[in-house]
Order: sequence, then C-alpha cells, then structure tokens
Amino acid sequence: MQHRKIALLLSIIPGLGQFYNKQVVKGLLFLLVGAAFFAAFGDLLNMGLWGIVTLGTEVPRDNSIFLLAEGIIAVIVLVFGLGIYYANLRDAYLNGKLRDENRQLSSLKEQYQNIISQGYPYVISGPSLFILIFAVIFPILFSFALAFTNYDLYHSPPANLVDWVGFQTFSEIFTVDIWRSTFFDVLAWTVVWTLVASSLQVSLGILMAIVVNQKDIRFKRFYRTVLVLPWAVPGFVTILIFAGLFNDSFGAINNDILAAFGIDPIPWLTDANWSRLALILMQGWLGFPYIFLVTTGVLQSIPDDLYEAATIDGASVFAKFRHITMPMILIAMAPIIITQFTFNFNNFNIIYLFNGGGPAVPGSTAGGTDILVSWIYKLTMQSSQYSLAAALTILLSVFVIAIALWQFRRTNSFKEGA
Amino acid sequence: MVSDMKKQKFFRLLLSYGLLTFMTVVIIYPLLWTVGASFNPGNSLVSTSIIPENPTLDHYKELFAGKESLQYGKWYLNSLKISIFTMIGTIISVSFTAYAFSRFRFKGRKNALTLFLLLQMIPQFSALIALFVLAQILGMMNSHWLLILLYIGGQIPMNTYLMKGYMDSIPIDLDESAKIDGASNTRIFLQIIMPLSRPMLAVVAMNGFTGPLGDFVLSSTILRTPESYTLPIGLYNLVNEVMGASYTTFAAGAILISIPIAIIFIMLQKNFVSGLTAGGTKG
Repeated sequence: MQHRKIALLLSIIPGLGQFYNKQVVKGLLFLLVGAAFFAAFGDLLNMGLWGIVTLGTEVPRDNSIFLLAEGIIAVIVLVFGLGIYYANLRDAYLNGKLRDENRQLSSLKEQYQNIISQGYPYVISGPSLFILIFAVIFPILFSFALAFTNYDLYHSPPANLVDWVGFQTFSEIFTVDIWRSTFFDVLAWTVVWTLVASSLQVSLGILMAIVVNQKDIRFKRFYRTVLVLPWAVPGFVTILIFAGLFNDSFGAINNDILAAFGIDPIPWLTDANWSRLALILMQGWLGFPYIFLVTTGVLQSIPDDLYEAATIDGASVFAKFRHITMPMILIAMAPIIITQFTFNFNNFNIIYLFNGGGPAVPGSTAGGTDILVSWIYKLTMQSSQYSLAAALTILLSVFVIAIALWQFRRTNSFKEGA
Repeated sequence: MVSDMKKQKFFRLLLSYGLLTFMTVVIIYPLLWTVGASFNPGNSLVSTSIIPENPTLDHYKELFAGKESLQYGKWYLNSLKISIFTMIGTIISVSFTAYAFSRFRFKGRKNALTLFLLLQMIPQFSALIALFVLAQILGMMNSHWLLILLYIGGQIPMNTYLMKGYMDSIPIDLDESAKIDGASNTRIFLQIIMPLSRPMLAVVAMNGFTGPLGDFVLSSTILRTPESYTLPIGLYNLVNEVMGASYTTFAAGAILISIPIAIIFIMLQKNFVSGLTAGGTKG
C-alpha cells in the first residue's frame, strides 16, 4: 500500500498519520488539538446538536430558544472542528505523497517557518473574524433559523415549546390576507421612500456643491460650514428636534411658519400622507450635506485645464456641466450614491424616532409610515411575532442583496466603459 | 452680446445667492429654535420663541439635578465610554484585517470578501431577538462591554472594505523594498502602511465613534436600567414619556451633546473628504 493512503487512513485519528510520516511534533500537536477539542466541546456538541434537532421535548426542563442558540453555536464550533480535521487529513495525505515520490519532507524548522509565513494573515484577521462571528454572523443565523419555527407569543418558553414548521411562515405571509396586504403596503412605501428620499438628498447635495463651487461665489467658507451643519449634529438629536417642530399642536411649523402665511395647521404626525412628506423632507435635510461634502471634494479635483480647453472650443456653461462636471461626479461617486439607497432602505431611526412609524392603521401591525425594518422591529418588540419578523428579515435581506449586487455589477461595467 | 452675458451672469448669481440664503435659513432655523427652546422658561413649547423673553438656565440645571429618571451626566459618560472603546476596537480590528486582505493572498480570501460585502447589507439589528437571547445566555444584560463588542462587530464589514480599498492604492513597491531591508510584516504594517492610511483611519475612527451615537435599537434592547442608558435612549425617553412635557429639557440636553460633536466634525471634515473620495473611487 502507498504511504499516502496509509497516512490518510491512520489520521482518521488526528495525529497518527503524522506519526506514520515521522513528523512527531506535528502529530502530537494534532493529537492534542483533537483531544482538547473533544474535551472542551464534547458536551456542547452533544447537547447542542440534540437541541437544534428537537428544540426540546419536555416543559419546563427545556427552553427551546436557548437550545436553538446553543445548537447554532455547536454548529459553528463543529464547522471549525471539521476544518481542523480536514487540515489534518490533507497534511497526512500530502506528506505521504511526498514520501511515495521519494522526496524529502520538510524539517521541523521549515515547518515552523512555513506556518509563520502562511499563517500571518489568519493570525492578524482572526480576532476580527471571531468578533464578527459572535456579533453579526451568529445573530443572523439565529434569526434565519427562527423563520422556520413557530416562535410567537403562544409558542414561547418557558411555558411552551417551539417547533420547526418549515416554510409555513413564509407561505402565510402571502396567503393570510391581513399579512399579505400589510406586507405589500409596507414594501411599496419602503421602495417609494428609498427612491424619493435618496434621490432628493443626492440631487440636493450635488446641486449645492456645484452652486457653492462657482468661481464668483463669495463667502465660500461660511456657506460650506453652514451646509455641513446637519451632518455634524448627531442624527438622533435632529430627528427628535424635527418631531417637535412638526408636532401638530405645539410645533413651530404649524404655529409660526404656516400661520405667518395664513395656512391652516397641517396634521403632520396624524395623517399618513403628510407624515410621509415630512419624513422625505427631513431626510433631504439630514442626508444632503454628506453628498455635498464628497461632491465638493470631487469638484476640486477636476483639473481646470479641462474647462479651459472646453471654453476655447466654444462650449457653453451648460455643455461644460453636462460633459465634464456631471460625468466626473457620477463616476467618482457611484459607490457612495448606492450606499445612500441601501442606507435609506434600512433607515430605521428616522421612521421610528419621528412618530414611531405612525399614524396607526386600524387592523394592521404596521403604521402608516413603517418601512420594512421598523415593521420588523415592532413585530419583535411589541407584538411578539418572532417567526414572522424573522421570515420578513430573510425576505428583506434577499431583496437588498439582490438589488445591491445588480447595482454594483452595473456600476463596475459603467466604470470600465468610461 | 456683452450685456447679454452680463445679464446672464447676474441672474445666475442672483439665483445662486437666493438658493444659498434659503438653504441657510432652512438649516439654521431648527437649530436656533432648539437653542431658544432650551432657554425658555417652563416645559411647554406652545409659547416657545427663538429669542425667549425671560431666558432661564433651569433646564440645564435640571439635567444635572440627579433625578432617578434623568441622569444626564451618567448617560453622557456612558455614551462617551461606549463610543471611544468602539472607535479604538474598530480601528485596531479593521486595520489589521484590511492589511491582511490588501497585502496577502491566502486561502478563503475571496470568500471572506464576498461575505463582508453581503454582511454590510443586512442590518445588524434585524437579528434583534438573537442579540437579546445572547445577552441573556451570557448574563450580560445592561452590559456596556457586550454592547461595545456588538458595535465593533457591526462596524467591521463596511469599514474593512473602505480601508482595504485605500490600502490597495498604496504602492506595493514600498512593502517590497522594506522587506528586502529585512522588515517584518508587522513592522511594514505599523511603520509604512498605517501612517500612509491616515485619511482613511480618520474616516474609520469617525464611523466607529458616531455609530454608537446613532444607534437606538441595539442599545435599547440590551440596556434596560436608567443608569446604564446612553444618550440616545435617555433623550428619547425624555421626549416620549409625556409628549411635549419635557421637551425644553430635552432641548438643553441635545445642545450639550451636539455642540462638541459638531465642532469635532467640522474640524475633521477635510480629512474625511480626502479619505472618502480616495476610497470611494476605488470601490
């Protein structure tokens, strides 16, 4: 039998294959890591995998949600364990192959240096990866898993068990009338909100940058500082300020400004359409300075020669704008503009802090201005419909990722063409 | 012809200054109104005017009066602590990871980059229930350190992308000649790459610092007692307990947090712009 096969077979128990290849230190290391892994995680794996499959069998001994969480941690640990195990098998096989071909195996010192140089990127990015798994990936996996359970107010620990129900929640979103109509209402407003609010802030930002950047405008520094103010003040503060300004009964917009023009008070917070208008205007106010700042940077980096050459060729102001300024801005800023859209799609703060996604809509769990994320928040925190919230999270993620990937691809080709 | 051009220029400038004046008013008004409200006597906003007739410092005093439900000083320190540690943690983890992605070709690199791109798009707080359960399992409800870890994790994907893009634009010849001179990877990172990435470090630092200040969801899920609150939750509760009742006090609190932050932002904006435009064009 060839060395590679024997080594591979032996390392079904980690380390034995390495012993066979006469790499004792490495073999001991694998053996130790393997033993430590089982000693440390054996119980967790056993318990976790049982938990994630059954979600508990007895009340009140088993808490389905904790079991699910442990189960997911067990799966993550298992994936890492399998990774190490694979490395062990592969190492034994490759070194066995070297022996079959009668080549020298690397010495202990070479192995050490090899690990140091190849392992460097893993070592320096390892801690970040750990935090990322803990703080982002585990929560996302957990909430994706919840979407396939019946976890809600009536199926919640410790009094009740939670069960796997497959795609039932997803199909209910589209078959239960009140859920379907709420879902599509919220989705429609989310899309309108994203498009209108983002376009408003982007175009306002670019417009103001161009206006301030004209050669013959004076007090540039003053105007720049003023225009950047909305970006510099913390967002949650300004949203709460606006909530006061727009207040139907005591807000200054109704009482001072509109009254001065003789316009009747407008129900900003209690009529859905006026709320939506207020939200869009506010987001324009909040969001344009960022675009303004970046556009200003781009404008200042456009060489003057371009404009001079165009002037000599007899180009009008408008032609210069259309053929020099605009393309330069759009190419440099495409990624930043796209992030504005994804940001607004998930812009929870402005919706929730302004009037809690209100006004309330009778018979619906979502208010008149709720976007998908704020609706999900309400389903979780207020009506305890956890599995519905989780299923919506999946739909939302799929939606955003699909659009963003499509956009990134388009802008990339746009860049290469330019 | 000449007078035509003059006329055109006149209208262009008229329109420009008109627009600028309008925007200035629209921006300044709400801010001044808040300043006015904070000096207005009483709790009601009905009588609020930008220049109060009997200005008072009562609301500022009330913030620090040490009421059970209004521990402004404590919230301020909590927010400061969380923001600073999130900023430091973000800078360290992001710059190391970005260095690995930018300078090394290792197994799993491509997959990890795609993963980071996807993770940027799923809002972290949509996994709220999980974070809540996590905090309970770990027995870390009300823990600022758990929150800081969660914030750092949330900052990693996007900022790593920004940072990697910026590092990619630093010529690799610099690394190579240093390597020939016998410098180790870590030394190249600390003495060459980091100093040259300063504009983007400013961006990452700012994102790390302001991220926690803009968050309402994660912090309100994990922090449940008034003495552990951060400013966003504290001030939100202040406004919403009885709508309008504590609005003037809120205004005072809002001003004390906004002014220092606005000053830092305005001072750092140059760095910020150069970092973003350089990183932005690289995608």
